[in-house]
Amino acid sequence: MEHVIKTEKLTKRFGDFIACNELSFEVGKGEIFGFLGANGAGKTTAMRMLCGLLKPTSGKASVAGFDVFTQTEKIKMSIGYMSQKFSLYDDLTVAENIRFYAGIYGMRTKQIKEKTKELLDELGLQNEEKTLVSALPLGWKQKLAFSVSIVHAPDIVFLDEPTGGVDPVTRRQFWDLIYHAADKGVTVFVTTHYMDEAEYCNRVSIMVDGVIAALDSPANLKHEFNCDNMEDVFYQLARKAKRSDG
Amino acid sequence: MHSQLITFIKKEFLHVFRDRKTLLMLFGLPIAQIILFGFALSNEVKDSKIVVADYSKDAVTTKIISKIGSSKYFNIQQSLQSADELQSAFKKGVIKMAVIFPQNFGNDLIHTNKVTIQVIADASDPNLATTVTNYVTNIINDYNAELTNGNVQPLQIVPEVKMLYNPELRGAPNFVPGVMALVLMLVCTMMTSVAIVKEKELGTMEILLVSPFKTIYIIIAKLAPNLIISVVNLFIILILSSVFLDLQVKGSVLLLTFCSMLFILTSLSIGLLLSINAQTQQSAMTASLMGMMLPTMLLTGFLFPIENMPIVMQVLANLVPSRWYFIIVKRVMLKGLGFSAVWKETLILSAMCFFLFAVSLRKFKTRLQ
Repeated sequence: MEHVIKTEKLTKRFGDFIACNELSFEVGKGEIFGFLGANGAGKTTAMRMLCGLLKPTSGKASVAGFDVFTQTEKIKMSIGYMSQKFSLYDDLTVAENIRFYAGIYGMRTKQIKEKTKELLDELGLQNEEKTLVSALPLGWKQKLAFSVSIVHAPDIVFLDEPTGGVDPVTRRQFWDLIYHAADKGVTVFVTTHYMDEAEYCNRVSIMVDGVIAALDSPANLKHEFNCDNMEDVFYQLARKAKRSDG
Repeated sequence: MHSQLITFIKKEFLHVFRDRKTLLMLFGLPIAQIILFGFALSNEVKDSKIVVADYSKDAVTTKIISKIGSSKYFNIQQSLQSADELQSAFKKGVIKMAVIFPQNFGNDLIHTNKVTIQVIADASDPNLATTVTNYVTNIINDYNAELTNGNVQPLQIVPEVKMLYNPELRGAPNFVPGVMALVLMLVCTMMTSVAIVKEKELGTMEILLVSPFKTIYIIIAKLAPNLIISVVNLFIILILSSVFLDLQVKGSVLLLTFCSMLFILTSLSIGLLLSINAQTQQSAMTASLMGMMLPTMLLTGFLFPIENMPIVMQVLANLVPSRWYFIIVKRVMLKGLGFSAVWKETLILSAMCFFLFAVSLRKFKTRLQ
């Protein structure tokens, strides 16, 4: 399998504090990879390094074939990103948001027009083209944000706790979108607090105190730790943690 | 890459125009300020720099001059002899008033019982001009009374007062430059810092950072709308002043615009700096108001003359960009002077601009890491 993310002893130090300690893992193309961990475990730092936002202290990593030390610009062109706060502008319309983000990634006007139509059809938002995002219900906003994050057809999309604050049905619908994207070959790297979502991933890694304490498919992890669900697996690993949200 | 920048700038303008409150502030502010500052403010004046020209050099003139000199209100700079030197001193703003005694002053007084003393004041600050001419007139009148006392014939020493640059003593010439400095500073600093912090608050800043959009473009795009709006505001103020306050730009509009751009850029940089540490729009706004508006109002020199402040404040005032901009505007707009008269202030402003821009740029980039 082709690996789109490869890290080898990836480390990040802030002075004496080691946020990420020699992380080594690989993510395959089209995989839905869950990145779990308690607050303060080092998830966000790891993700920022992979997105080209933060320079690692030591180790090696490549994202979409590009080096995280020397080719951050190329990485940025090849990835999509959706943050916890949805990343859409409330005071712009749906179409304006799409146009803006597509433009940022260098898409041409004609492409943007086509893509906008495609996206609106896919999400069923044809009537909301000129609606301000602030007027959309939360669930729709999330779905739109996800679609916008992959508007430029990136190889990998990073999702930072994308489903905060919505009901389980809406979350399920969101994950349908993720499956759809993964089917098309987009690799999905997602962090989440919801353990039922961990079950939807192909593989899951759990970070504790800056190191990867476990990495395997949900099924194998449940077997290894003798649990019925991912929540118990997580609890077993995370409760030994020394670090927590400061 | 440039089309990206245009896309971003377009979006920034959308943000500005969709926000009613911001819009009101951006365009309502200059208008409100001009109306607000329609009242005259008077302040006590001490140690005003004046010049005395004594073409007579007799006992009487010497006496009067010593009285003027010993007054706490005046600080006699130097005795000038030529009219050119006088003009030059006024244009530079070094002196606020000149008192000129014509030849044969003492003799004429005894023989004709009436002489005139010429008093010329810089009325670009009408309050100051009125005050200093009143003071000197009082001194002359007092001396006049002293002389007359004991004489059969009344002796008359008549001060002829001439107000330079603003003969009608209108308040507008003083506060319009002040309003310009204040409004530009406020809009550029506050609006910019708030716009950037808003992006942080929303979380969209992260998205931008992850995108292939260059950091420098983010900065340019954030500064661009406020820059353009400020230039528009500048012209609104100039037009309003011309139409409603009958105050035209006597000097070069080009020079004025150029220096205004320098000042705008400086203020924008300050806005950028303030946005770095602010986490919420609220704190950005507060920092701008407390950190910039207050010093600007107090230390620019249009509400309170800087010359009268304690040394510490005067030194502090030199650090406030609007103080230098204010001088440039007064000289170019009111006195019709050219670059040669303001090159020093322009240089200082340019240096501040360059320094602040470089520092804020660097800090912003580092902070984003």
